[in-house]
Amino acid sequence: MAMAGSRSGRSAPFASAPVYVVSIVLAAVVIVPIVYVVLGGFRTTSQIAVHPAGLPHPWVRGNYTKIVTAGTFWREVGNSAIVAAVATVLVVGVSSLACYPLARMRFRGREAVYTFFTFGLLFPLAVAALPLYLLLKQLELLDTLWGVALAEAAFGIPITVIILRPFMRAIPVELEDAAAMDGCGRFGFFWRVLLPLSRPALVTVLILSVVFSWNNYILPLLVLTDPSRWTLPLGVAQYQGEHSYDAASILAFTALSMVPALLFFIAAERRIVGGLSGAVKG
Amino acid sequence: MTSYDGVTAAGRARARPAALRLSRKGVEIGLFLAPAVALYTLFLIVPVVEAVRYSFYAWNGLGKLTDFVGLGNYREAFGSGDFRQAMEHNGILVGLSLVLQLPLALGVALLLNRPLRGRSLLRLIFFAPYVLSEAITAVIFLQILQPDGVLDSFLRSIGLGGLVQLWLADLGLVFYTLFVVITWKYIGFAIILFLAGLQGVPAELHEAAAMDGASSWATLRYVTLPLLGPTIRIWAFLAIIGSIQLFDIVWIMTLGGPAGASSTMASYMIDQGTQRYRIGYATAVAVILFGICFVVSILYQFLVLRRDYRVGTSRMAG
Repeated sequence: MAMAGSRSGRSAPFASAPVYVVSIVLAAVVIVPIVYVVLGGFRTTSQIAVHPAGLPHPWVRGNYTKIVTAGTFWREVGNSAIVAAVATVLVVGVSSLACYPLARMRFRGREAVYTFFTFGLLFPLAVAALPLYLLLKQLELLDTLWGVALAEAAFGIPITVIILRPFMRAIPVELEDAAAMDGCGRFGFFWRVLLPLSRPALVTVLILSVVFSWNNYILPLLVLTDPSRWTLPLGVAQYQGEHSYDAASILAFTALSMVPALLFFIAAERRIVGGLSGAVKG
Repeated sequence: MTSYDGVTAAGRARARPAALRLSRKGVEIGLFLAPAVALYTLFLIVPVVEAVRYSFYAWNGLGKLTDFVGLGNYREAFGSGDFRQAMEHNGILVGLSLVLQLPLALGVALLLNRPLRGRSLLRLIFFAPYVLSEAITAVIFLQILQPDGVLDSFLRSIGLGGLVQLWLADLGLVFYTLFVVITWKYIGFAIILFLAGLQGVPAELHEAAAMDGASSWATLRYVTLPLLGPTIRIWAFLAIIGSIQLFDIVWIMTLGGPAGASSTMASYMIDQGTQRYRIGYATAVAVILFGICFVVSILYQFLVLRRDYRVGTSRMAG
């Protein structure tokens, strides 16, 4: 990306003043809502009521300290993290196992199995949400993080298989022969050769799965009724409903709940961007 | 280990070595595939099949499935003014996304593709909403759009008080308010894609066009956009499907209301299923929603994306 940037740097004329003005105005439109939430968390509800568009005066930390010291926020972050971790380990684990034969072995029905998996791409979670709820009820997985994670993992399989298979297929067959000669069975080859070499694709699907799970709303909404099991998106939405007369608390809670996603994004920006565009092209 | 065993086993049982090795391989393939097949079948295929089955019954989700109504739920859905309104909203959303978000995202991507001071900061800013969850986005804008909230007060302070509206309560306006929120949330994704696509346009082509005396508009129109075509077509597909399935932001901000003025098919379905306990009817709506996605996907593959695949394959072959 840096190389491409410097290449176009030679050819294109340096940006002019109007370009800067337009960019800054657009960027302001995007960033102002986020800044408003963060700053609003440092005000009191009466400050907000009197001057909605004002700055904190004086700055109060009470909204934030109240949330950080109470358990709700951290519990919801924890629940989201557990669901995302379980769902991601499951989907990446089972999909990479399945992709090994799908990518590198000949057997009857291989393409049928692959098509079977890709078929799921057509079903958004929303379509199956109600029957999924009933299924989890039958399995006594309602109000459990496992139920949410299992369903999210299942719905992540199609895109994961689609990204992993071509990558695993491209790994040279000589490596497989060499591994076999060194006495490495199929499971050994999978674990010691195929998985390490598939790392770039695994990182992509891992990020996709974490983001999908972390942001998912509809499934936790239906499955998790006990507040102690709520994930962060559910918690944020419910918090603003329950504290509708306390705007400052809502803003502080929302601002804090943005932090994990933004940190994750800043830490892994290039991989996320690469992963998303790679996923779309793949 | 495995292959040695395979070899000795084959040596011992000379009569049918192929069969033995085949079955061993078969077992291994089965072991590799089994976890994914099990998880996928139980939590994806079964619910989808069940959805189809439930859709033929009048059922509240409790007790036994006894009240078979055939296609009654489907007939009711297509005859329902509320559902038709929701479908119409999804249609408008598809149109607005393509007509407004595409040029906007392309413009920003072209801007960010230039050597701009602070470009990486700008890029970070434009992407930020995309990483925030739909729930957070909805809550942010619920606060901003409160009557006499920060937006109204800002408009009044710059002398545009006349523009102040009941953003989320006006029947004619609420859906377009939601569209603006959706655009804020998803525009970053389009920009990510287009920027990645633009990186693939060789600078030499721009130089060549400039040397041939092409204006920057002509370069954009005849060099950049055609090369960006595949990326745009993929984005358009995702935008269409996403617009058809839209749920989270609608549900948190308005529950599809007031009076269905901001409903989508998905919000209508969840409303029928979870607020009115009409599981049979709601799953019929889900099946219709799926059917629409399915038809759109197939048509789009055939009419629009097919040539990209052909180009892609010939490139790989060459």
